[in-house]
Amino acid sequence: MDEQLAIDVRGMTKRFGGLLAVNHVDLSVRAGEVCGVLGPNGSGKTTFIRMLCGLLRADGGSGQCLGHDVIRESEAIKRQVGYMTQRFSFWEDLTIAENLDFVARMYALENRRRAVTESLERLGLAGRRNQLAGQLSGGWKQRLALAACLIHHPRLLLLDEPTAGVDPKARRDFWEEIHHLAGEGLTFLIATHYMDEAERCHRLAFISGGNLLARGTSAEVVEQAHLTTWSVSGPDLPELGEQLRRLPAVRQAASFGATLHVSGDDPRALEQAIAPFRQPPHQWRLIEPGLEDVFIHLMERPAAPPPPA
Amino acid sequence: MKTWRAFSPARFWAMIYKEFIQMRRDRMTFGLMIGVPLIQLILFGFAINSDPKHLPAAVLMADNGPQARTLLHAISNSAYFDVVRQLKTEEEGHAVLARGEVQFVINIPRNFSRDLLRGDRPAVLVEADATDPGATGNALGALPVIFNNALQNDLKGPLAFLSGTAGPIDLRVHALYNPEAITQYNIVPALMGVVLTMTMVAITALAITRERESGTMENLLSMPTRPIEVMVGKIIPYILVGYIQMSLVLAAAYAIFHVPIVGSLPLLFTVSLVFIAANLAVGITFSTVAQNQRQAMQMPVFFFLPSILLSGFMFPFRGMPLWCQWIGETLPLTHFLRIVRGILLKGNGLAEVTAELWQIALFAAVALLIAVKRYRQTLD
Ligand SMILES: Nc1ncnc2c1ncn2[C@@H]1O[C@H](COP(=O)(O)OP(=O)(O)O)[C@@H](O)[C@H]1O
Ligand SMILES: [Mg+2]
Repeated sequence: MDEQLAIDVRGMTKRFGGLLAVNHVDLSVRAGEVCGVLGPNGSGKTTFIRMLCGLLRADGGSGQCLGHDVIRESEAIKRQVGYMTQRFSFWEDLTIAENLDFVARMYALENRRRAVTESLERLGLAGRRNQLAGQLSGGWKQRLALAACLIHHPRLLLLDEPTAGVDPKARRDFWEEIHHLAGEGLTFLIATHYMDEAERCHRLAFISGGNLLARGTSAEVVEQAHLTTWSVSGPDLPELGEQLRRLPAVRQAASFGATLHVSGDDPRALEQAIAPFRQPPHQWRLIEPGLEDVFIHLMERPAAPPPPA
Repeated sequence: MKTWRAFSPARFWAMIYKEFIQMRRDRMTFGLMIGVPLIQLILFGFAINSDPKHLPAAVLMADNGPQARTLLHAISNSAYFDVVRQLKTEEEGHAVLARGEVQFVINIPRNFSRDLLRGDRPAVLVEADATDPGATGNALGALPVIFNNALQNDLKGPLAFLSGTAGPIDLRVHALYNPEAITQYNIVPALMGVVLTMTMVAITALAITRERESGTMENLLSMPTRPIEVMVGKIIPYILVGYIQMSLVLAAAYAIFHVPIVGSLPLLFTVSLVFIAANLAVGITFSTVAQNQRQAMQMPVFFFLPSILLSGFMFPFRGMPLWCQWIGETLPLTHFLRIVRGILLKGNGLAEVTAELWQIALFAAVALLIAVKRYRQTLD
């Protein structure tokens, strides 16, 4: 077992009745890394994270999390993991300070009061310590949740769509905080479907329909996709996109602001296919595909077997 | 690893503390916990079971002798009976009873005065409409005293022996429609058990289901907690609430309804702990089954209804068909009612109540076992 890996699991599988929510997902995350789990809604991100911290019993899979067996030693894992649920899950009828105090007691922290005070100050919650959690806005709720996840000094943080419903400024602050903590050696596994957030992760794992479709750094994921992308600008782009999508060589044609990104797997076939359209008033330009192009590409692709490691 | 799995008093206290704060902030539930006993006290205590007087009675006088007239006078003059009708036939008597025009029909037999003086102990039959036994119980209880006092003057000198132990009259009470009369003293102490059953089950069922529905259970499970810590931590604050409810009913029973408290209160409070725990365990079991808070509100009805109907609170226990009694015997409320009545009214001690107590304890143990077994450590 590699000591440097905070998470190292193979073949993680979870069924809900007939539904295969997570299908043989392998993942390894190095200590101190920020790993993003990307995927559309219902792709199995939450289910995967819940299996890691023992909230769901896996139907298959093995490996370790922080050096503990991921299937059998969930008690020990829970103690060193901070899990931030997708939905705000603190007690709305307790104040910020009471929530933190409760969590601190649950982890049987020594010097509980100091831990609570420090955590309040660190995340700028001290001024609102006596406010009921239920009355907080999205950004403050998320801060409280993060503070509570951190109070027992975990080695790994599992954050499930932590910035949903949070304004852009609070989101940026939040990511600053995450990178700051990662610099201190904390490992992060963050589920998200925001592209800008994906770009901020050291490594990415992309799942769709329970299958792991791509993983690696942002650049690696883009490269693995072997996508050729053209950017088109000009008038009547939606109409053009409609026509292009009917061509077999065109895998996708998606609007990006004032341009249309046209992508395909085979560069030559794509070039031939678009040749009749390359005339004024449209300007065509071959570009490096971005993460978002790949994201859309993977999402629209029919379920494929997981790629080799 | 092993020590980690052990019960942690710190986490246990954390649960209790959190529960108290939430209870304090949840005005509605808190109001419910105090309001339910008050409402029930008013409904069952005042409205239904004040000591009813001036009940309409009909008299069938088959004898016109002086002693029979004395008796009629005594009945008319007593606060319990208003003689509203003189009857000619027995059939007439049954009819007015069935229609509910009178609560009692008193039959004074032919040759009553003669037989009385002869010492033959003539039979006086009192038929009572006991559909509402609370209404007739006290009046019937007062009858022998009324009769004896009335005839005191006539039975002097050589006839004095007639007012001896057996009484001069053979009083036969025929309580129609309901064989056993429940008195007010019976109901108010029993309310304690009913109130506890009603609130304890519903409130714990809600408390845990609420954690699940609001998503906080996921959070709780992601922390290193044991099921027993969560459950017992949740139970303890409500035990305290149960005691507050009990005290409330007891105080009212004593101060307003003048229920005699013969036995030991400390004993009552101690054995009640088992009963409260049994109900809380049922509530927790429900919470492990309920999908949402609405179901958690509905399920306790399935427990509460048989409890209130088959425990001997609503209907006299011995008046029920056997199969009802069997169900009743399994319910904690049945045994608690016997304990409460036994301690408060009869002055029973620990020795007399243990037989009932262990049945409640058994029920509590089984319910808690099911609850712990069903409580999921995971979300699936
Ligand atoms: N407890 C559950 N019972 C049944 N199906 C579930 C449960 N949790 C999730 N699912 C299903 O599993 C799939 C993956 O869900 P989830 O992990 O929540 O996806 P994501 O977090 O990526 O949106 C979805 O189709 C969802 O409906
Ligand atoms: Mg999710």
